[in-house]
Amino acid sequence: MSGTATDEYSAHQHDVDEALLAEQGMEGRPYELRASTTGLFSELRADKAGLLSAVFLFIVVFAAFAAPLLAPYGPVEGNPSTSSIPPIWADGSWDHVLGTDTQGYDVLSRLMYGARTTLLIGLAVVAIAGLFGVVLGLIAGYRGGRTDRWLMRWVDVQVAFPGLLIALIMIAVLGPSMTSVIFVLSFNGWMVYARMTRGVVLAAKERPYVEAAEMVGCRPRRVMFVHILPNLTSSLVTLAVLEFARIILAEATLSFLGLGLQFPEVSLGVMANGGRDAFFSLPRLAIIPGVVITLIVLAVNFLASWLRVVFDPQEREKRFAAGATTAATTVEGVM
Amino acid sequence: MIDPTPVLEVEHLQIDFLTRRGTVHAVRDVSFTIGRGETLGLVGESGSGKSVTAQALLGMIELPGRIVGGDVRWKGESLVRGPHVRRTIERVRGQEIAMVFQDPMTSLDPVFTVGSQVVEVLRRHRRLSRKAAKARAVELLDIVGIANPTERISQYPFEMSGGMRQRVLIAMALACEPELLVADEPTTALDVTIQAQILELVAELQQELRLAVLLITHDLGVVAGVCDRVAVMYAGKIVEDAPAADLYATPAHPYSAALLRSTPRLDIVLDRLVAIEGAPPDLRRPPAGCAFATRCPFAIDHCREEQPRLEVFEPVPNAVGAGDAETLEELEQPARTERTVACFRAAEVREEVLS
Amino acid sequence: MTAVPESTALRVGRPVPSEELLVEVDGLSIHFPVGRAGFWGQRVKVVHAVDDVSFAIRRGETLGLVGESGSGKTTVGRAILRRIDPTAGTIRFQGEDITATKGEELRLLRQHMQLVFQDPYASLNPRMTVLQLVAEPLVVHGRAKSVEAAKSDVVSLLERCGLPADAADRHPHAFSGGQRQRIGIARALALRPHFIVADEPVSALDVSVRAQVVNLMQDLQHELGLTYLFIAHDLSVVRHISHRIAILYAGKLAELADSDAVYESPLHPYTEALLSSVPIPDPPLQRARRRIVLQGEIPNPIEPPTGCRFQTRCPLVQDVCRRQAPPLEEKAPGHWAACFFR
Repeated sequence: MSGTATDEYSAHQHDVDEALLAEQGMEGRPYELRASTTGLFSELRADKAGLLSAVFLFIVVFAAFAAPLLAPYGPVEGNPSTSSIPPIWADGSWDHVLGTDTQGYDVLSRLMYGARTTLLIGLAVVAIAGLFGVVLGLIAGYRGGRTDRWLMRWVDVQVAFPGLLIALIMIAVLGPSMTSVIFVLSFNGWMVYARMTRGVVLAAKERPYVEAAEMVGCRPRRVMFVHILPNLTSSLVTLAVLEFARIILAEATLSFLGLGLQFPEVSLGVMANGGRDAFFSLPRLAIIPGVVITLIVLAVNFLASWLRVVFDPQEREKRFAAGATTAATTVEGVM
Repeated sequence: MIDPTPVLEVEHLQIDFLTRRGTVHAVRDVSFTIGRGETLGLVGESGSGKSVTAQALLGMIELPGRIVGGDVRWKGESLVRGPHVRRTIERVRGQEIAMVFQDPMTSLDPVFTVGSQVVEVLRRHRRLSRKAAKARAVELLDIVGIANPTERISQYPFEMSGGMRQRVLIAMALACEPELLVADEPTTALDVTIQAQILELVAELQQELRLAVLLITHDLGVVAGVCDRVAVMYAGKIVEDAPAADLYATPAHPYSAALLRSTPRLDIVLDRLVAIEGAPPDLRRPPAGCAFATRCPFAIDHCREEQPRLEVFEPVPNAVGAGDAETLEELEQPARTERTVACFRAAEVREEVLS
Repeated sequence: MTAVPESTALRVGRPVPSEELLVEVDGLSIHFPVGRAGFWGQRVKVVHAVDDVSFAIRRGETLGLVGESGSGKTTVGRAILRRIDPTAGTIRFQGEDITATKGEELRLLRQHMQLVFQDPYASLNPRMTVLQLVAEPLVVHGRAKSVEAAKSDVVSLLERCGLPADAADRHPHAFSGGQRQRIGIARALALRPHFIVADEPVSALDVSVRAQVVNLMQDLQHELGLTYLFIAHDLSVVRHISHRIAILYAGKLAELADSDAVYESPLHPYTEALLSSVPIPDPPLQRARRRIVLQGEIPNPIEPPTGCRFQTRCPLVQDVCRRQAPPLEEKAPGHWAACFFR
């Protein structure tokens, strides 16, 4: 590392500090907190990938949860007489837009019902694993000492287990069902929340305002929930969104291995698994759910990166300034 | 003696920070020059734009900051605009103008020994062999007053105290024998006894190496012992620029006077410290008139309507002024003795200060 | 303790303290374990943050506690507030031994002793409004039913601290450093404490604002009869607010005397160096001044030198300083110093 490079780094730090100072130093003309949250969505508009992802996810979520109302058929409605109807782009009919599978079920309807289950599983796992992990992380971080050491050893041990293997064993014992998929994925997924929460709590505990709260006589519980916990929001939201994408993939993997949901239930993974049997005759049966899974995961990731920007004030300032500069130079160019 | 031809000229520099809550006009028309071997103190409180000005010298203004007007010239070459700015800055930075920052920890790379960081600079800019660079590095550490430089050279930044790290940074800055050292609050993060050491060092180096120094600080005390000239900044403008002794003895701008009065002095006992009431203006909407008018006891309507320009101020000679000459002789007299002030009421301020 | 000299007592800036001792610190030592040395970790490494420090503060008095980083000044302040457990020594508050107080008893005790923080940016929770911040102590101690119920008290307190009446509904980041420090002071005063530890309350502020905050603290002391422990890292501001000043070096008291005595006739060589390192904003004077620039740095607190802690940098050092530590002795009435040669 050269001297010049380190200079640049600290110069950049200075820039930001001075800009913030310049803002903070404006005594007597206080601005409101509200001002910092306006324009969130104007930034989403500027972030093309984020906007597209948001729109796509909105459509998917709506279609999935309104499936019983919107889907043209039931998930297992059909018989061999309607089997293997080609989709609309291969001379199919508007009755079955994406065609039917070898059982004669409508692919579009199954896709909607399948997405519904998959999203539900994702939400349930994020909620359960998140709650469990956050509570344990809070306790470990705030209590410290022996409690912390024991809880974190537990986390380490569980992280060291091969997740898929544990999942296989547990499902073999519990029997494949939606509940056991949720249970197994939560069991394997809570540690990351615990670690992150503990980290944030440890950092927040050192903040002077936490000491200040203790000094004025707040009891531990109040310190925890009023002064420390709110620091979690931004990292927790981003983590949960990313975990959601991971769970969707994990569910697909389990189902693809035949360990997820069982007939007549349907999920995106189950569909991909079903398509495997006829992969060479009817590849679309595996490809369509595969593409949908990929798109959802991709969209969620784009959304997460937008969220990261939203929660980082410095990054937001930079984006804003970059936009304003481009606008300004265009004007200058005209003059 | 100081060569009066300026090496660095800053002219009508304007820097904006684009924020979502409005454009902050952080530097509003700042001009000053530094002569060869001259030490200029740039003094101002937080938000006055002093650090931003320093960064503009070497093209370090990054978004959300932006230079919107004016120029910085190093020996006549622009460091702000023109087709070859990047190349000029690359050539000048480190070689002819070196910088030292406030926090010595963030400016050093924690994973390399201090020695290798100094050597790296020498090898890159001076094209020395590894062996020669190392010998020179030891020499430099010795110059900046680090005891046992041969041992210290293999230490990591975290093994050193703040004062030591600041010395290492100064050594790195001196590695290429620059002509101008820009020191941005070099002692703010340090203890007072260490601050005294570093200031002593800067003064020595300045004498021995005929180095020009731009010392940026918020503390009028810090510059008093070191600087030839002092420029006082307020709300993005220079309000007064004068030889150090003149500025301290008879400040002509009401802000300089107030800042001087509010700096606690060990040699004067007060019942109550003197504060400047009020607060600096919002630089997103700078006032039409003088930025200090709202806090200024001398302000008249004219001050609120029109911005005073920085103009040469020649006080009427008087008895007290004559007395000053004696003390001035003891100091190394700067080559430039003119004083510029941006105040319509400078004469009245001076009168009040003298009485 | 000796009486305050008349010159000090008559000053407008500093109210006359009573003879009653509010805080007594006796033989305070604080050592922190920082890890283990030796192959098996058999030796525990210990930072000697504070060693055998004794002083007392009278009701209504301001004691300035001055020291550089590593001197242990912050640790002493935190120990009196019982946020750090002392390794040895006792702390008495209002005549009562509080060295071992803990739990709910300690929480209640802290109503009477509060802390003003150094960093006005980090010590106020950015998510709360000023009203919530200042009302919090009242609510958690059951003195107000709710934040809203405390509003009129909070507003008058804020106004007393020089903040506009509409400050209550804003968030701290809407304020400048000086104003935030006023909010911090208002919050510390909400419970009407007797004793305030001010941990470098103005060192993060601009020069012109420093004076505002120091003056405010002085006015509040007059009005409310407060007692301050005013911690600072240099001698430039403390003189104006302190009755007496204690100088701490590497965890030990170097000098303790009336504020004017410290400035006019310092006894310890470290005090002299500290005084001379504060620059005077007057170029001819500053350049002509005899300056004592100390060489070297504060000793490693893990293995402090035997004998005087200042020996590594002291211009007066003799062999005896390396062998034994000079005791803190009363060299003149009320003027204590720890040096063999003064």
